[in-house]
Amino acid sequence: MTKNVDALIIGGGPAGLAAAISLKKNGIDNILIVEREDCLGGILLQCIHNGFGLHRFKEELTGPEYAEKYIEMLEGTTIETMTNTCAIEIVNEENSKTVYLMSEKSGLIEAKTKVVILAMGCRERNRGNIAIPGTRPAGVMTAGLAQKLVNRYGYMPGKEVVILGSGDIGLIMARRMTWEGAKVKAVVELQPYPGGLNRNIAQCLNDYNIPLYLSHTITAIRGNSRITEVDIAPINEYKEPKKEDTFTLKCDSLLLSVGLLPENELSQLAGVNLDRVTGGPLIDTNYMTNISGVFACGNVLHVHDLVDWVSEESEAAGKAAADYIRNQTIQKNKIAVRVGNLVRYALPTVLEPGKPGILSLRVIAPAENTTLYVKADDEIIYKKGHKKIFPSEMQRIEIKEVPQKAKMIHVYLE
Amino acid sequence: MKNDFQVIVIGCGVVGASIARELSRFDVKVAILEKEADVSFGTSKANSGIIHAGFHSTKGTLMARFVVPGNRKFDRLCDELEFPFERRGELMVAFDDNELRILQTYYKMGLDNKVPYMDLIGKERVLEMEPNVNPEVEGALYAPTAGIICPYEYCFSLTSNAQENGVELFLNKKVTWIGKQGNGKFEIETEDGSRFTSDYIVNAAGLYSDEIAKYVGITNFRIVPRKGEEYLLDRRVGKLIHRVIFPCPTSTSKGMLVIPTVDGPVMVGPTARDIEDKDDWATTRDGLKEVFTHAQRMVPSVKTSDIITSFVGLRPAAVGNNGDFIIGTTTVPGFINAAGIQSPGLTASPAIAEHIREVINKEGLRMELKPHFNPKRRRVASKVRHMLENRQYSQYGEIVKKDKTYSKLVCRCENVTEAEIVEAIRDGHTTLDGIKFATRAGTGRCQAGFCTTRVMEILHKETGIPFEQITKKGKGSEIAPYPIKKGGVE
Repeated sequence: MTKNVDALIIGGGPAGLAAAISLKKNGIDNILIVEREDCLGGILLQCIHNGFGLHRFKEELTGPEYAEKYIEMLEGTTIETMTNTCAIEIVNEENSKTVYLMSEKSGLIEAKTKVVILAMGCRERNRGNIAIPGTRPAGVMTAGLAQKLVNRYGYMPGKEVVILGSGDIGLIMARRMTWEGAKVKAVVELQPYPGGLNRNIAQCLNDYNIPLYLSHTITAIRGNSRITEVDIAPINEYKEPKKEDTFTLKCDSLLLSVGLLPENELSQLAGVNLDRVTGGPLIDTNYMTNISGVFACGNVLHVHDLVDWVSEESEAAGKAAADYIRNQTIQKNKIAVRVGNLVRYALPTVLEPGKPGILSLRVIAPAENTTLYVKADDEIIYKKGHKKIFPSEMQRIEIKEVPQKAKMIHVYLE
Repeated sequence: MKNDFQVIVIGCGVVGASIARELSRFDVKVAILEKEADVSFGTSKANSGIIHAGFHSTKGTLMARFVVPGNRKFDRLCDELEFPFERRGELMVAFDDNELRILQTYYKMGLDNKVPYMDLIGKERVLEMEPNVNPEVEGALYAPTAGIICPYEYCFSLTSNAQENGVELFLNKKVTWIGKQGNGKFEIETEDGSRFTSDYIVNAAGLYSDEIAKYVGITNFRIVPRKGEEYLLDRRVGKLIHRVIFPCPTSTSKGMLVIPTVDGPVMVGPTARDIEDKDDWATTRDGLKEVFTHAQRMVPSVKTSDIITSFVGLRPAAVGNNGDFIIGTTTVPGFINAAGIQSPGLTASPAIAEHIREVINKEGLRMELKPHFNPKRRRVASKVRHMLENRQYSQYGEIVKKDKTYSKLVCRCENVTEAEIVEAIRDGHTTLDGIKFATRAGTGRCQAGFCTTRVMEILHKETGIPFEQITKKGKGSEIAPYPIKKGGVE
């Protein structure tokens, strides 16, 4: 089977949905969203807690409700969606791309498109990535998998829980498992500060008296069929465990919330260059990757903490893709964005002179009474004081106009 | 009588499975008793997957006797059973004059064992063959007949072919008692209360072969687990090396190696530490350090940040026998040992199997070749996957038109379709680990983060096992044991 579209969006989660609707709003009709699961919505579908949409819709929604808002916008439009469909390869040709799709309903599809939008999201880092010593029993899983089992399938993976990592999913699951009658014995975090949002520390841990062990790690997993206990140790300044202060907790499950990685295997296969820090594609101000006509947005580009910003970013990417389809515009003048003191990354890594720009960035470590600066050469073009700033909170800053003659943009904290 | 056999093989690792398959060529009634929920779940699944050329084994040992003949049998076995096997060759690398002398010793040992086509090669040739080897290398012993294999797939293919030819496999059957009946037959009792009888017992119980032998009063050997930690790297790292890279060995181990796998990713390890606990399957911080320190000396670009998973294997090393294999008849008539089969047991397994069959024959069991023995293993789905990997999309599209299960990707890290999962389940793999080993679903970089629930759904649909009873590797390892809907957690 073959197909011919103007824009093909890989991923039907919040990023893909927002990009599709934006493309449509900007005059593109022939749009296809492919989604590998059996329904649209992506990871939002298992996030049944609330707190979504405060910025975007000025109301507090659950994940599925937030997804529903976008799915409803598709109704009555010409946007086509294919679920149970996996993109297996993107082939870049001179004026178009061919995407090979495997669809449960229609078999193998060769889809020609002018534009590809990468919106595949991210995956969780797992036990293998952090090489926790010990046995390999049942009961050790990522927090996201546990969330799926509990919220979408209705099964609890355990009753006595330890959570390693204080990422948002882990915090949300600490509360969720408690609500379902489990005892969450500890949340263990390697860093001296939490990995998730402060509001989640307060609402998911403190409200339920769940202890958070900062600067601690798990040094052993025991049990052969099922996990029976873990060793927890404080770490010294070289991140080595202090043996003498190790303690043991009995448990029947260990959930891992140790970070998210943009899922770019498909992008890499197509020749998209990735940023070493974010793990996402390198993009210009139009969200376009090094491959002309291939765009990226949402968690596949960099991991967000709020879906609202995913939607906003993806709408901008959709608009840029629409412009590209109409004019085949290629950005010529680019000013490099460099990060300095205490800033881990800023996206995009280039800005366009004479135009407004939005930078998304994260700091390396928590800081207090500090100022975030953006300079175009020696000229300050953005400045904002922060009483407290955390790595868990992505900063989005708007620059009204990037100076015409600037040679370099510099983002730093002071 | 039900559960009465001529030969019962205890243990279904590569040794037990090889013996059962060898016996299945003859008109003999054979059963295998395996204590785990799937075959190869003990020592075999954690094997490094190397088919050794044979220069490591000392002249005069059983190891030396079986390793080269075993190696030679793999081409035909691979042809018949279609498990992944490639003769990549192995290099034992030397970094100084002392190590160069060690190479000489092993070259001579290889000659004694009749290892073919070996060569002592110089620095330039090593680096030409393997550009990622540390440029400080001084020379190497090269043996082109060494190969790599997927150990559990080898075991699965042997077992399923043996079953197709009439062998009965009993899983979750831990032997707890062996006695002799008045008619001279062995009587075997398993933990779940089942009883089996047989004329002959082949003890291929790996780590537990000493305990099985004790049931019939044989106490002249003991098995000490020699622990090996292995670390698997992301396939993104690419083909760092083509051949198996060995260091010069120490007295207890062949040393830490850098191993290409038939599936693509590079593996490093294993450590070698004698331990007491046969249930100690834990990786350690020290093991990780040790493996990478040694591996990086040979291939400097091997990095801990590329680890996607790690595991432990316990080699069943025999004490009381100079560490050699314990193979053949015992003081108890009809009780035959295939015990203490540590490295190079995988390589030797086909030759050991043939030998054990001859021993049983000599002990008085008459056997004729079966006229309708089918040496081929039936496999469809996993073959089809290669089309996808080789981007033969139009061909694949044709297959998908006929069977929609080929178009449902279950594991996207390794491109495993529903068709393969179903095939594995119908082949008898009913745990998540069993399905993982049979199909590769969940072995990739996300380590089953996404496909776990999908595989559980298919397993439930195919077998009717309730969702809450689906296990990782047998009873006691349920993935999601508590249904919320039915009253929730107390």
